[in-house]
Order: sequence, then structure tokens, then C-alpha cells
Amino acid sequence: MSDSHGHSHPHGQPHPFQPDIEDTPLTHHQLLELAVGELLMEKGIFTGNEFRRTLEDIDSRNPADGAKVVARAWVDPDFKTRLLADTIAAAAELGVDAGTIPIMTVENTPNVHNVIVCTLCSCYPRLLLGLPPDWYKSRAYRSRVVREPRTVLAEFGAEIPDSVEVRVHDSTAELRYMVLPMRPEGTDGLSEEDLAKLVSRDCMVGVTLPDSPSK
Amino acid sequence: MSEPRFPVGAAVQIRRAWPPGHVRAPWYLRGCRGSVCHIVGEFGNPEEMAYGRYDGTKLMLYRVRFRQSDVWPDYAGTPQDTLEVEVYDNWLEPEQAEATA
Repeated sequence: MSDSHGHSHPHGQPHPFQPDIEDTPLTHHQLLELAVGELLMEKGIFTGNEFRRTLEDIDSRNPADGAKVVARAWVDPDFKTRLLADTIAAAAELGVDAGTIPIMTVENTPNVHNVIVCTLCSCYPRLLLGLPPDWYKSRAYRSRVVREPRTVLAEFGAEIPDSVEVRVHDSTAELRYMVLPMRPEGTDGLSEEDLAKLVSRDCMVGVTLPDSPSK
Repeated sequence: MSEPRFPVGAAVQIRRAWPPGHVRAPWYLRGCRGSVCHIVGEFGNPEEMAYGRYDGTKLMLYRVRFRQSDVWPDYAGTPQDTLEVEVYDNWLEPEQAEATA
């Protein structure tokens, strides 16, 4: 390319710009959040840097932490028992800080398939799975998965046989939920690390199943 | 922890009430019958705390299991499908006969 400005459309006709964040009006609650945050900093409850670091920590969480926990549960039945009894303590054994809000791990079995939703807002085990996907917060998912879970699961690619109970967990209060999927067939020889790679975010929400290693 | 009003297995129903404000019992479950499947423990009442009111009293929180076919009369899944929801004690009452429901 001879020109560092490597596109050929005529100038003088600007692109439509994506609006800057400030171009959308702040809602009442966004303003309140900003005001409370500034007040807490002015009063010395925490510093701007502490606030920033906390946000950065939350934003850095991702489903790999949850996947690590699931893979360990697949290879170590005693760990699985501890995970089902106390998820935060079990995660801590693997060096994963799952926070202080109690998390309940619900186990998929040949007879039960679990799926998670929060119909009231968007409760999600953020410290184990990272920030929730946008669809999780959408009104369509929240209203439909409690009403017609099998149809929603099929849209995500998970056909659940009629012989299996579909159990929806609506996370309305103090607990957060994570699904412990079933270990896929054909994974006998895999290392714990390779097993973790089969565990996606969506199968820990329960809208799909882990990939088998052939895929 | 104080004694739970409902033991695991108790037949309960969600109050038929539609108060305004910050409410934690999902609308679609009002009046629905289910059974207690887990006693979570005691927590401050979020419906009061949302308005900055908290006098230290604790409210028992349960997980209640519903049959989907009891929640949605035209439920299209299979009869064994269920829904589990956390419900605070103030929203639960013993299951009542059909006539009073």
C-alpha cells in the first residue's frame, strides 16, 4: 500500500459516528451511582485507586476460573463433594477467589439438567464466570427460559431428552448458581487442563453442554 | 438460627399479593404452590433494606421447588420439569385448599 491512509472513499462525506458514551443521557440510577461513589471518596472511605482496582479485578474475571473448578470436580470425586457443599471454599483450594456471596453449584446428572436465570435482574456468579453475557440480561432470555426452557435450550443447541428433568433455577435472592455439567464421553485419557478447555461459560450457565473432545 | 417456619418438604404457596416497590417474589409465581426443597438461612429483608431501613431483624430464606405444570397451565415441556426459586419467609404461606386460593 503506497498510502498509509489506506482506504479509497472520497473525503468530505464523514462516516456516521458511533455516539460517545456521554451522548446517551445518564439515567437516575447512573447519576446516583456516580454521586455516591464520589461522596465515599471525598469522605475517605476508599480512594479512587482502590475503587479502580476493584473494578479492574471484577472485569478481569472470566469463565476459565469456573472451568478449572469443574475440571477438578470431574477428576476428583472428593473435591466434587466439597464443591457441592461449599463452592467458595472449594474454589479457594484451587486459588480461585470466588468472593463472599454464597454460590450454589447444581450438578447435572443423567436425570436432571440444570439451567440458571435471574428473572428479577441479572444475578450471576461473576467472580467465577466473569461478567454475564448480554443475552443473560435480556428480557427475552429472562422471561422465556422460565416459561419454555426446552425451547430456549434447543435454540442454544442443547436438545434435552424428554426422559431428563429440566430444572430452572431463578436466582432471586442471596445465592448465585453455577451448573456443574456432566463430563463428556470419550474424555477418559484427558488431563485436567485439557478437560477444562471443554468447559465453556454457557455450559456453566446450563444453556448448553460441554463439547466432546472430537469437536 | 431460629427455627424455620417450614421444614424441607413442606407444601407452601406464594402469597397472592401485589405490593408496590422493591419486591423479591417474582410476579409469575404469585399464588403458585410448591414445596420447600432447601432452607438457605436467615438474611436481612431486602425489601426493607432497599429503602435504607434495617432494624437487624432476620428473615428466613427458603428454596422452593415448583412443578412447571403447576406454574404454567399450558406448559409445553415434560411433566417432571421443575423450577427452583429462593423465596423469603414473608412471601410464603401454608398451602391452602383450592377454594381459598
